Amino acid sequence: MTPFTTLTAIAAPIEMANIDTDRIIPVRFLRKLRSEKSGYDPYLFHDMRFDNEGREKPDFVLNQAPYRKAGILVAAANFGCGSSREGAVYALLDYGIRAVVAPSFGDIHYANELQNGMLPVILPEEICRGLRDQLRAKPGATLAIDLPAQTVTDTEGTAHPFTIDAVYKERLLKGLDDIGLVLENTPAIERFEHDYHAARPWLA
Amino acid sequence: MALTMFDKIWMSHVILERPGGDALLHIDRNFVHEGSFHAFGALAKEGRRVRKPRQTFAVADHYVPTVGRERGVEAAEDADARNMIRLLEENCLVNDIAHFGIDDERQGIVHVIGPELGLTQPGLTITCGDSHTSTHGALGAFAFGTGASQLKQILATQCLWLKRPKTLRIRVDGTLAPGVTGKDVVLAIIAKIGTAGATGHVIEFAGAAIRGLSVEGRLTVCNMAIEAGGRAGMTAPDDRVYDYLHGRPYAPKDAEWDRAVAQWRTLPSDGDARFDREVTLDGATLEPMLTWGTSPEEALPVSGRIPDPKSLGDANQRAHAEQALAYMDLKPGTPLTDIKIDRAFLGSCTNGRIEDLRAAAAVLKGRKAVIPAWVSPGSTALKRQAEAEGLDRIFIEAGVEWRASGCSSCAAMNGDKVPPGLRCASTANRNFEGRQGKGARTHLMSPAMAAAAMVTGRVTDVRQLLQGQ
Repeated sequence: MTPFTTLTAIAAPIEMANIDTDRIIPVRFLRKLRSEKSGYDPYLFHDMRFDNEGREKPDFVLNQAPYRKAGILVAAANFGCGSSREGAVYALLDYGIRAVVAPSFGDIHYANELQNGMLPVILPEEICRGLRDQLRAKPGATLAIDLPAQTVTDTEGTAHPFTIDAVYKERLLKGLDDIGLVLENTPAIERFEHDYHAARPWLA
Repeated sequence: MALTMFDKIWMSHVILERPGGDALLHIDRNFVHEGSFHAFGALAKEGRRVRKPRQTFAVADHYVPTVGRERGVEAAEDADARNMIRLLEENCLVNDIAHFGIDDERQGIVHVIGPELGLTQPGLTITCGDSHTSTHGALGAFAFGTGASQLKQILATQCLWLKRPKTLRIRVDGTLAPGVTGKDVVLAIIAKIGTAGATGHVIEFAGAAIRGLSVEGRLTVCNMAIEAGGRAGMTAPDDRVYDYLHGRPYAPKDAEWDRAVAQWRTLPSDGDARFDREVTLDGATLEPMLTWGTSPEEALPVSGRIPDPKSLGDANQRAHAEQALAYMDLKPGTPLTDIKIDRAFLGSCTNGRIEDLRAAAAVLKGRKAVIPAWVSPGSTALKRQAEAEGLDRIFIEAGVEWRASGCSSCAAMNGDKVPPGLRCASTANRNFEGRQGKGARTHLMSPAMAAAAMVTGRVTDVRQLLQGQ
């Protein structure tokens, strides 16, 4: 996994609350194979981004010139709710988004971002709204995210502290692989399984 | 110390803990479907094997066609879908995983066949790369959906690093009125607490109204825990659950059955157990419910009217409702029973079980559907059971299509789409924009309510049709 330490990037505001993963990537694209040559970026927010003829909708933020190269999204509450599809994360990543700042996330999507070296940042509702207001007032402005310091610095230079679970932070900073961290514990796992199944032989 | 049911299941599955509340959890049973191909692909790329193949079960459900099934995989609408179904079979063959393919009598929607085969049991940890895995909690399990990366981890290790979620008890007291079902209860809960109302929490549904539900009804309630943002949903196992499980193919047998039941009886939350949060609803006052918007929380009793977004309390809700009404082409103040319905879909992991089929058939008996409608039973075995009961005849005589089992129009991955601009009464779980097809408008409701809409072509309080029956 690619480590995440700091990121300074153009940020795009997404105003709507409850952006579900069906919006982030509509279901019809989930059957597509993903490779380095053909990423999931064309599918990101597809039906918000493109009309029925495949033309860009000019009012969608990522279709506006200053925000096209966004590396950060600032969203509203409950970003990524709904379906567990990790394709939502692949679409964000393949587009170039490495971090999403929001007041809250759907639990499964939050975990999926972490698993792929993306940083989901939780900041209070009013701070997220303030960030989106700044980004709309200064199209193409950057935010600076510092994971070691746990801050998001806005367009006016104010640093907003955020919290993140220490375990997630370490894993992101080092780019650690969860499977590796499990396999270090194989003897404990085997002991557990032995005792567990001895008490429940019908599950063995 | 008094413990919740979740505490008991969690503690019995923790292999070890790391500072910060992260635990390495043993996973009893894992399910895969066609959409799991990313996880299998990554596993192969990393040169890893499935560590415990006997603890994973595969079923083709998301992409299977619901018509022309005698042709097997060839009936699938396009090459991509056929490849997805075949790829699952290949991945299972390579990894020695039990696979219930498109032609298998055990095939069905993963969250229907788990309980049906007795794979789902009280006290287990159950995972699947699908958010509606919460369904299995109705038998007293801790069951939750994961993305592809965590699924890969489970396949490779049969364990998962997980931060301990908080607990939320939702008590529904009282007795449900006739015509009010598990679906109505869970829609009322989501309308009350919102789609992020249970984020970070495992929900235990409790109270007299929940205890009074059949196992099928509880499966419906737990299925939609995710639509309230819950990490999982669960209900306490009881004799109804044990009667349901007894004799099922993967349920324990003979002396082991008695031993298992004795363990299961210790699972329900202790009387004085503390939950991180509590929410209470009065079940006796609930009516049949339906959604009017594009989020499951945008739901009202059938006697209600489309709300004026300006009247909603929260800025996010107001903005969402405005966009939802534009997408749904609905005006504030309209009585819900004035909404015209163009299509109806009965099925899904939410409401595709035998009790759901019976409830819809009771409404349709002796009546005709006035709109195109179809039934996709939750499993192939269930389809056979319904046919043995004669339910298929009732649907067919009413002009409703009797199809094969799969996720069908809930996820609309298999081509069972609703055309743009049309309104569908759906017994599934999500009314998101585009969920049933681009531009499709979804109204979620119970099977009986969907059947009522089939015969009238508009939103109808099913209790009026059931009077005198």
